[in-house]
Amino acid sequence: MSFSFFFREAMRSIKRNPIPSFAAVAAVLVTLLVLGVFIPIVQAANGAADTVSKRVQLDVFMKHAATRNDNARVRREILDTPHVKKVAFVSKATALRQQREADPEAFALLGGYNPLPDKFEVRPDSASNIAKIAATLPHDASIDAIKNRQPETNKIVSGTRVLKVALGILIGLLALASVLLIANTIRLSLFSRRREVEVMKLVGATDSFIRWPFLIEGILLGALGGLGAALLLLLAKLTFLNPLKDTFRFISVPHTIPVGTLAIVLLAASVVVSAVGSGLSLRRFLRV
Amino acid sequence: MAISERHRKRLERTAAPADRVPSVIQFRGVNKTYDSGDVGLNDVTFTISRGEFVFLVGQTGSGKSTVMRLLLKELEPSGGAIRVAGRDLSEIDRKKVPYYRRNLGVVFQDFKLLPNRTVYENVAYALQVTGAHRKEIRAKVPDILALTGLSLKLHNYPDQLSGGEQQRVSVARAFVNHPPLLLADEPTGNLDPETSIGIMQLLYRINRTGTTVVVATHDSALVDRMRRRVIELDSGRIIRDEIAGSYDSKPPTTAEFGALMRGEPAPAPHDLRGQVRDFGFDDD
Repeated sequence: MSFSFFFREAMRSIKRNPIPSFAAVAAVLVTLLVLGVFIPIVQAANGAADTVSKRVQLDVFMKHAATRNDNARVRREILDTPHVKKVAFVSKATALRQQREADPEAFALLGGYNPLPDKFEVRPDSASNIAKIAATLPHDASIDAIKNRQPETNKIVSGTRVLKVALGILIGLLALASVLLIANTIRLSLFSRRREVEVMKLVGATDSFIRWPFLIEGILLGALGGLGAALLLLLAKLTFLNPLKDTFRFISVPHTIPVGTLAIVLLAASVVVSAVGSGLSLRRFLRV
Repeated sequence: MAISERHRKRLERTAAPADRVPSVIQFRGVNKTYDSGDVGLNDVTFTISRGEFVFLVGQTGSGKSTVMRLLLKELEPSGGAIRVAGRDLSEIDRKKVPYYRRNLGVVFQDFKLLPNRTVYENVAYALQVTGAHRKEIRAKVPDILALTGLSLKLHNYPDQLSGGEQQRVSVARAFVNHPPLLLADEPTGNLDPETSIGIMQLLYRINRTGTTVVVATHDSALVDRMRRRVIELDSGRIIRDEIAGSYDSKPPTTAEFGALMRGEPAPAPHDLRGQVRDFGFDDD
């Protein structure tokens, strides 16, 4: 039998069973909508955690008396130390400007005086190597102090790790709930039609002859639900998130999945889950 | 050529040498014990020849439905052998069962129509499962629905039909493939007496085209009047296998058959000829 016959059979079944069909579409739509909102949130949280852990660094403060030559020498010495990835120099003047921007009133009292020293910001090639770098840095006479910010960073990283794991578990549970909900809805709608399947078998229909229209029906309904969810997400992004992006910088900062890709992923997931769900659920009723 | 004649020719043509053996159904020492321990059939042996019209009678739980379900290969026997058209049913594996069932017409007490399909589509479905072309379906379905008197109900859904009409659809569906064997499990169980006679007449008509017909029923009054072979079951055993009344040398026409069932004297043949011909059915 041709595909067009099975397709027509599937369409007929959707038309003649509008309520179970609607329930299936709604189940897919709602679960995908929730998944679709959560995936970018989890990604944003992960992104934030990654950014924090990248900020692990050593601050090397120079003595006030350090000359330009001293600075150049220390810079070379730092660069020669193993595991150093990057060294950035922050001059007294730059530091003062930065601080003044952060707290203009306090720094206005200082007048022309600059209490801040020159500083090198040392980035390790990996966060775990920071202690090694601190230990092996040469004890140059013009270095005033070496400050390791690792303890603070560690706290933030472990905090975000908890958040990451929690969100990961949440999204896993959500995905599981979606699959179960969709599978259950399909089961229910098939259960109400098990007599139909029985009759089909009794008049000599093969399993595949019965299965194809059901599968196509599942795929169509799943795609419809997925499409609805994708459109709603797109709409939400356009009307809600995009205007916010201009007002609050932070929303655009974390890197998240592009909404188009998200829509395609959700659509594919809904189709696959629906097809597999109807295929598996039907197996039970085919044993006549 | 009327549909009955075509069917008879077709049966002759398609009958393989094995099908020409006189027995269509052969039960040899068949036992069936259900998982619950209930005995469905106990050492049942009988043979039904080609073209016979056989009643299977007995009270509820006597094993009639078990025989039907075994013939449909819905159940497997616990012991013994069942042959249909010379073929041992135990040799048919699960995948081949649908193809086997296409050679059977089946009519049930509860009609078992597809609720989401019209009368036409219900009958067409039996052809669609065999992979029939649309052209063939368009030719055959109206034909068979005319035979069963449903020409005006083509586009009705089953829930818009009376019980008798639904059963006629079910008979039409069973016969549309021109099966060599037609099984009817309590076909009149849900119908009033007059409607029942109409259905039995229809089955008799089908039988007269050469199709072997087996009818399970508990309506012994109906059976006694029909003077056909009767196999009676009780607690899974055959307690009677006889021809209730003798066959006439010439089999009765469908109209005479109906009169017989109503317990009336046979009507004058010419009164009914025209009416029968309206159904596109040639009678002797």
